[in-house]
Amino acid sequence: MMKGRTISPGKVKGIALVSKDPIGFYGGINIKTGIVIEKGHPLEGKCVKDKILVFPCGKGSTVGSYVIYGLQKNGAAPIGIINKETETIVATGVILAGIPCVDKIDIDQIKDGDTVVLNADNATVEVAK
Amino acid sequence: MYLTKEEEKILQGEQGEVVERMFRLIVQLGDIYSADKMIPVGSVQVAGVSYKSIADPGTEYLEDLAAKGAKVKVLTFLNPAGMDLENWEKLKFPKDFADNQLRIMNAFKSMGIVITATCTPYLAGNLPRFREHIAWSESSAISFSNSVIGARTNREGGPSALAAAICGKTPNYGFHLWEKRQPNIKINIDTDLTFDADFGALGYYVGKQIKNKIPYFVGIKNADTDQLKALGAAMAASGAVALYHVEGLTPEADLVKKDNLETITVTKKEVDEAYAKLNTGKEPDIIILGCPHASLREISSVAEKLKGKHLKKPVWVCTSRMMKEAADRMGFTEIIEKAGGQIVADTCMVVSPIEDMGYKTTGVNSGKAANYLPGFCKQNVCFASMNKLLEAAL
Repeated sequence: MMKGRTISPGKVKGIALVSKDPIGFYGGINIKTGIVIEKGHPLEGKCVKDKILVFPCGKGSTVGSYVIYGLQKNGAAPIGIINKETETIVATGVILAGIPCVDKIDIDQIKDGDTVVLNADNATVEVAK
Repeated sequence: MYLTKEEEKILQGEQGEVVERMFRLIVQLGDIYSADKMIPVGSVQVAGVSYKSIADPGTEYLEDLAAKGAKVKVLTFLNPAGMDLENWEKLKFPKDFADNQLRIMNAFKSMGIVITATCTPYLAGNLPRFREHIAWSESSAISFSNSVIGARTNREGGPSALAAAICGKTPNYGFHLWEKRQPNIKINIDTDLTFDADFGALGYYVGKQIKNKIPYFVGIKNADTDQLKALGAAMAASGAVALYHVEGLTPEADLVKKDNLETITVTKKEVDEAYAKLNTGKEPDIIILGCPHASLREISSVAEKLKGKHLKKPVWVCTSRMMKEAADRMGFTEIIEKAGGQIVADTCMVVSPIEDMGYKTTGVNSGKAANYLPGFCKQNVCFASMNKLLEAAL
């Protein structure tokens, strides 16, 4: 069990989609489908919908908050987000969208495809064995 | 976080539902990032303006705020829209897109936001002073105001900047604090930066390497504000660099602590690699300059290049309405139009629907645009200096 910092509350269990590289939501993810469109990104072509999205930190455009909010409204958002360091742009997006999010987590401990329990109410992350 | 009695009352709804909601959002952010208190902001820059960027959910969010009577308390400027707000028909922007874009502009206008539509507010009438606290979104404008002007802003998301505008305040954390403005990596530039695009290529490379760190550059012998604008924009797009210092050039460079920093050296090889990486196309269908929005100096150099010439393909120079006014008066617009080009105001290649207008390969001199165009606009990119791009189109 790992303990971090709550960015946005809520409790979810799901499959981890892990990126070693930062994610820029604007210009990086299609707002209607949740598919990663940034050329050369490790997650290019993958879909964030209904996943627990794990990445070190945000990058790029400040419009990213609206993309996170739009993904949720379009039913294409991840069900949870886990970061090493959540910056204001992602934080604003997950708070508006109501997506559970925790940061200050050693994300190297989470492998792509792991089943993860994210309890953002008490800022914990558990990888199910 | 400490809140004053007046601020507590905002959370109890004393200033109405919208202010309460907006204030709650920035208090939440302040609590997450351990802010000690709220501080007043001098101005705000709001991103998330193009219909292409924020789509229906963002449009409805803004219309809801406007309908509930949201008003900004400080000078607030806007990012580029998805089209030239005056000449969209002439420039063949789709009608249904334009209708939605105008809904967004009306929502912002009713909140008291100045309908500027530029990513270079500092060239268009929103100029903060050294050490002024501001709440800006638009990654390139954040970088410019923090680094070149020495004002203080976090990387605000579009909605948190809007909330700061409606409350007139922002939580005191991050780049508002002197100790958080210290560099944590040194970038030694061991190559000459000659052309406009060199700064974009350098920025693209450095942003990729250092992600969200604060670089201290040494070895950049000279750079004007246009070149610093290009450097900062590219680092903010390929990474999340919100503040950089340049020895001898930026205002805080002499004041920050820069001993014992990890150092990266950038030579011609790394800059060339960045050029190679950003060049995904061969022959551009259109050339679009002005990312971030062109300054009057940049527009005048385009005009000088095109005077009496004839272009074989479309050229757009994207800029703010204010710069276009000056260009009109100086005759630059006429020169560029006679050659077959256009000055396009209020928008840019990234946030306008160019992929729906029949273009497949775009020529740019901007590291930021070259970074976004392939994914977001489905474009192949020819990345080169303005001179090279225009010469190939004559």
